[in-house]
Amino acid sequence: MSDKLRQIAFYGKGGIGKSTTSQNTLAALTEMGQKILIVGCDPKADSTRLILHSKAQDTVLSLAAEAGSVEDLEIEDVMKVGYRDIRCVESGGPEPGVGCAGRGVITSINFLEENGAYDGVDYVSYDVLGDVVCGGFAMPIRENKAQEIYIVMSGEMMAMYAANNISKGILKYANSGGVRLGGLVCNERQTDKELELAEALAGKLGTKLIHFVPRDNIVQHAELRRMTVLEYAPESKQAEEYRQLAQKIHANGGNGTIPTPITMDELEDMLMEFGIMSAVDESVIGKSAAELAAAV
Amino acid sequence: MSITAEETRAQIVAETKTRNRALIDEVLKVYPEKTAKRRAKHLNVYEEGKSDCGVKSNIKSVPGVMTIRGCAYAGSKGVVWGPIKDMIHISHGPVGCGQYSWASRRNYYIGTTGVDTFVTMQFTSDFQEKDIVFGGDKKLEKIMDEIEDLFPLNHGITVQSECPIGLIGDDIEAVSKKKSKEYGGKTIVPVRCEGFRGVSQSLGHHIANDSIRDYVFEKQGAEPKAFEKTPYDVAIIGDYNIGGDAWSSRILLEEMGLRVIAQWSGDGSLAELENTPMAKLNVLHCYRSMNYISRYMEEKHGVPWVEYNFFGPSKIAESLRTIASYFDDHIKEGAERVIEKYNRLTKEVIAKYRPRLEGRTVMLFVGGLRPRHVIGAYEDLGMNVVGTGYEFGHNDDYQRTTHYVKDGTLIYDDVTGYEFEKMVEAIQPDLVGSGIKEKYVFQKMGVPFRQMHSWDYSGPYHGYDGFAIFARDMDMAINNPVWSLTKTPWE
Repeated sequence: MSDKLRQIAFYGKGGIGKSTTSQNTLAALTEMGQKILIVGCDPKADSTRLILHSKAQDTVLSLAAEAGSVEDLEIEDVMKVGYRDIRCVESGGPEPGVGCAGRGVITSINFLEENGAYDGVDYVSYDVLGDVVCGGFAMPIRENKAQEIYIVMSGEMMAMYAANNISKGILKYANSGGVRLGGLVCNERQTDKELELAEALAGKLGTKLIHFVPRDNIVQHAELRRMTVLEYAPESKQAEEYRQLAQKIHANGGNGTIPTPITMDELEDMLMEFGIMSAVDESVIGKSAAELAAAV
Repeated sequence: MSITAEETRAQIVAETKTRNRALIDEVLKVYPEKTAKRRAKHLNVYEEGKSDCGVKSNIKSVPGVMTIRGCAYAGSKGVVWGPIKDMIHISHGPVGCGQYSWASRRNYYIGTTGVDTFVTMQFTSDFQEKDIVFGGDKKLEKIMDEIEDLFPLNHGITVQSECPIGLIGDDIEAVSKKKSKEYGGKTIVPVRCEGFRGVSQSLGHHIANDSIRDYVFEKQGAEPKAFEKTPYDVAIIGDYNIGGDAWSSRILLEEMGLRVIAQWSGDGSLAELENTPMAKLNVLHCYRSMNYISRYMEEKHGVPWVEYNFFGPSKIAESLRTIASYFDDHIKEGAERVIEKYNRLTKEVIAKYRPRLEGRTVMLFVGGLRPRHVIGAYEDLGMNVVGTGYEFGHNDDYQRTTHYVKDGTLIYDDVTGYEFEKMVEAIQPDLVGSGIKEKYVFQKMGVPFRQMHSWDYSGPYHGYDGFAIFARDMDMAINNPVWSLTKTPWE
């Protein structure tokens, strides 16, 4: 075990592949002898399924609700151990449409810290849902939590937009709490000029594209078996990609930067620069394809 | 050349105005520029003939000052709904708001507490962390079931929302609807009075009024069952029966021949609320907290409303005549008879206390109607109100105030702790009338004080009987021998 606990977090637009990327990468880190704790911060509680081979584990909050309060829980009740001794905790939260999931994240992270869940591990990795929607979901980037944030994104407009927004959240806490942007992880969607765009965005945000993860169906095959690629097909090319990402993250400790988020206009300008969006012709905005065809 | 009394008075008023203006400038000096600019709009000296008091009101308090205001929950649970005695009011959310609003504002009522009336009891959903995270709707349902089991004689339930209910988006309307249906159409009223709404308790009054409209009036549809009208039916609106105020008011109306069919909301019941649209006239005491529902009943049910003032014999007589003017000669004669009947009592009270209180000065800072309504009672005792202000008044309150205050009166809206202290220090009135938070500050300054929210655990102050108690209490505060013992011994 190294002398200092590394705390990292994966953020990104919903459905971009945060949980898949983080679990595969963390599995690769264990091959390098690192002891890992995963903290899932998503009410769906699906951040640890590939490690535990289970649909969903009992969450801190559901157990707390059963027991009466979070003070009634023991750490053993909520922590499961999975592939290569990776420790897994899911914060959980209310069903969609009720209660306050953000408060739930705060409650469970406080519980985990106070009850020594972080003792004896090298890495704590937070897997946080979607955007930074409220204060609760910013909990992992506040003081004394994650030191580096890795944003999972792709060449799609909205994924980049989310990455920029998350950078704003990091910037807000960067000066008070010391959180840094570790880098972008591009999960290939095979959009036009994806690598170049990701690199350009990283440049604009004052960070780097730490790794470009190519698309490979083997990820899907592994997922269906509730496994990481590292476990399902350790010799595969894709497993190697995750190993590279793991090494880069491991070597990236302390190299994070304070992000420089850009405006929506700058983001659109960038897309135009890459020819993905043609120069904005004010006359086409808000017009449907049929309307435009009729106008020609 | 002799100076007339008129000229002397004019000179005194001019001097007072100059002093008060200088005082306003003085208290504003301590603030940062931006704050001083904002607070300046809330402080003024009344100029005779103006249509209002020249102050801004109903605006957010400046962060960092000690404001005397409350919140929307206080306005709904504490003021409007809380005194309805046969309904159970759930303080929905974490326990603190319920704990601190427990036992009511001394809204007296008749009934057997815990059996058919519940005002001084406290019902709360006592939110825990898990209720915040997972939502509290299920807990609310359970509480309602328990209420039905344990207190079968309750006539209805209200849900008084505390802040978190609005933040986490609980659907208290759906729960209320479901449970109402389950209990055979029982009146269950969800009230969205989360404390963060609005700038003071005032919005809470409005929200509570609206919930009566939506869940009591609109729900019952046509006329309530089994109600026999008479031509002399009135409802007392905006009297919270603090220390028995509504009772000492009600007897006067009844003695003049009217029938009081409802009290809003002191010692009031759900059935009284339901019957009110059947009244011939709504008589409105606290305009600020219940003008909304009075206007609604006027528009929807054609019930006219009239404001009245039952503090001090002058205003009582004036009000009785105003109320009587809505009725026939039978009632008009009744009003004169009542005024005559209490004339002796009034004279005796004034004969006893006026010599002890003549010329004494008062500064007020309270809520609702009292910053203007009690001025007449003081004047009946020969006292002068030299400064007044509203916690949560609106511009229409300050307009109405002009009928009461004298030229040159110091006006302070949403006064801050600092301003009030400085002003009292400079003016040195013979009495300050305000709330419990202010009481000890001024008593320690050696200034006699009466709580004018709760009548300092005395009362009633409304009506002729109330005036006798009011006069005694003011005398007791001002002429208490303790004040002669506060001299600094080494000076």
